[in-house]
Amino acid sequence: MTQIFGHFIDRQDADGEYLKLGFSPTSMPIQQRWRKNGLSADFLADYLSAFFPGEDTASAERQAEIKGAVSYIANELLENAMKFSYAPAQHAISLAMYLEPDAISLYVTNSVDPQALAAFQQAIQCLLTANPHDLYLERLLRNAEAGNGDASGVGILTMLNDYGATIAWKFAPVALEAEVMTVTTMVRVPV
Amino acid sequence: MEITHEDYQVRYDAGTATVICQGSFRLRGPEEYAPILDLLTQAAAAKPARLTLDLRQLRFLNSSGINTLSRFVLLVRQLNASQMVIQGNRQFGWQQKSLPNFPRLLPGLQLEIV
Repeated sequence: MTQIFGHFIDRQDADGEYLKLGFSPTSMPIQQRWRKNGLSADFLADYLSAFFPGEDTASAERQAEIKGAVSYIANELLENAMKFSYAPAQHAISLAMYLEPDAISLYVTNSVDPQALAAFQQAIQCLLTANPHDLYLERLLRNAEAGNGDASGVGILTMLNDYGATIAWKFAPVALEAEVMTVTTMVRVPV
Repeated sequence: MEITHEDYQVRYDAGTATVICQGSFRLRGPEEYAPILDLLTQAAAAKPARLTLDLRQLRFLNSSGINTLSRFVLLVRQLNASQMVIQGNRQFGWQQKSLPNFPRLLPGLQLEIV
């Protein structure tokens, strides 16, 4: 069964300009795989720069802003996908970027630990109904007080709060009648 | 105090009471950020009258890093002994987007993005 949270926009590969990266399941230690997040995110951001030439000061600033946003958001999405993927499912992580005249959309798909699914969906509901501005500060204060430095949620909240992003989620079974689900996180940033 | 890694460097200059962060912070979670947080904590604990966090050469910071710097800012607030200044660089997109949150955690914090 497919479940949607937020305003999720489904994509077909024929939809205009896009770039897609896939990361196959691997036994490589996470420390090594982690490095690929930054490389991939920066690659997408650099690739995108070609579509927003920085010929004068104003457009150079716009280019830097868009590049910074994609680099940050793609990295966060990949970090989350790597942290929360359900390893036994042996499911690949994919990252796709779609360019539109007024927005850039990033889609990251990964498997979800069945044990963590309910709590994850509850956290999403909370994000969709709360004020991101208040929730962001509250989360930083709580993390500091807890003293454990767990930053979970801060990445998504910065996207909403600092980058004005729209975020939606789609859950679907990894395969027909499979119990394990995948989640596709869509982040759309106006440009 | 200094931490040097192939991707980043963090240094506390006691003479000027300045913590200088350079490179890219893409570390994985609180355990990996612990040495950086220790250095920041020591800088705050020194209680200089004016404490500067120089981020002008910090190209990238992930959310775990934002969390770490927030803890530092909140610690300075708690100690209530230093005027805090954060120096940023508008060339790096994340700084213009996310640094303005820090004065919200510590009213009176001076943010200088050039």
